[in-house]
Amino acid sequence: MKKIEVLGPGCANCKRLEANAREAAIMAGVEAEVTKVTDYGQIASYGIMSTPGLVIDGKVVSYGRIPSAGDIALWLSEA
Amino acid sequence: MTSIAISRPRAPLRVAVSGAVAAWLVAWFTEAPLSDWLTFEVLGLERGSHFGEAVAFFLLDVPKVLLLLVGIVTVVTLIRGFFPPERVRAALAGRGVMVGTVAAASFGIVTPFCSCSAVPLFIGFVEAGIPLGVTFAFLISSPMVNEVALVLLWGLFGPGIALVYMAAGLTVAIIGGLVIGRLRMERYVEDYVWALQGKGGAVAEVHLTWADRIGDAWRYTKDLVRRITPYLLVGIGIGALIHGYAPTDLVASIGGRSNPLAVPIVVLIAIPLYSNAAGTIPIVQALLGKGMPLGTTLAFMMAITAISLPEFIILRRVIRPQLIAVFTATVTIGILAIGYLFNALIV
Repeated sequence: MKKIEVLGPGCANCKRLEANAREAAIMAGVEAEVTKVTDYGQIASYGIMSTPGLVIDGKVVSYGRIPSAGDIALWLSEA
Repeated sequence: MTSIAISRPRAPLRVAVSGAVAAWLVAWFTEAPLSDWLTFEVLGLERGSHFGEAVAFFLLDVPKVLLLLVGIVTVVTLIRGFFPPERVRAALAGRGVMVGTVAAASFGIVTPFCSCSAVPLFIGFVEAGIPLGVTFAFLISSPMVNEVALVLLWGLFGPGIALVYMAAGLTVAIIGGLVIGRLRMERYVEDYVWALQGKGGAVAEVHLTWADRIGDAWRYTKDLVRRITPYLLVGIGIGALIHGYAPTDLVASIGGRSNPLAVPIVVLIAIPLYSNAAGTIPIVQALLGKGMPLGTTLAFMMAITAISLPEFIILRRVIRPQLIAVFTATVTIGILAIGYLFNALIV
């Protein structure tokens, strides 16, 4: 069970990233729980300033960009 | 089945990039004669007539501005991918106020900015112990000296005005940052922001390939162009009407040097137009052609990009209204000063 967190206040880019993450979990055939982190303090605690950020199992894998579902699926299967 | 889905085939990068560059160049060098031919030969409009000149302006500007946007925004986005705010913050932390303010304002040129990122940016800077004035220098320059405005100014007016605009924007950001730093406004930052100080770790740099970077830049550009094209068309349409129909003395009497209130008036008009630089620059181009002085023009452009109500509302989450008021006032005074200064200097 993978834990995916999408960091972002809820702008259009964050929603797109969340959709990509969900698609990626299906693509990679991994069971994953996708949660959204919208609290600014919590986002800052990961050390990122450019949203949206993507965290897999507690590790920041991307920030300030929207990786494709294919890329996320690769990360999910690697991690 | 799943493993096939993961390894998608990619078009060879070199081929795609050179093809795109070639197509752009061909379009750039053929669009002016093409639009001329379309207006006066195909549509048979009369050269020098009000309607003919308005249509020619529209048909010349729409492809020109779109090409400029697509080409240069892609390149700029690609370049600024190398200057993420996380890296800027690391470079700014621990600098003196003067060096920090100048550096922060300069970084504002290359770093991406949208009002939805203002809050994480602000928290991130404060959290790393960067002084408030330095943070504000960045917050002023980042939206004001933005690539869309610079690119369009460069393409439509030439490099001179684009560089003057950039220099003026940096000056406002540096002075604004120094003033806010001097005013000791720290108590107007929300308490929870201070509580975060030192809590965030440095994030590891994420490795990106050229294919990732080019793909990101292209997607960003497509998104941006799609978003601003409606405004652009309206803006160029209004610009075309001004170009074809507005009498020169009318523009000169309202926006001209003889009207001492021209600068504050255009700043007021600009406030609801925030971040519509793309739609407004064609209007500004037509107005400048009709005799609006440079200072007034610059003030108008700067007010459009820098005074953004949604950004102020979003910043309320991290700073109190008093500081928002000081921030707005500093930026507005800076813009007014630039407007009057250039009107006085350039005859």
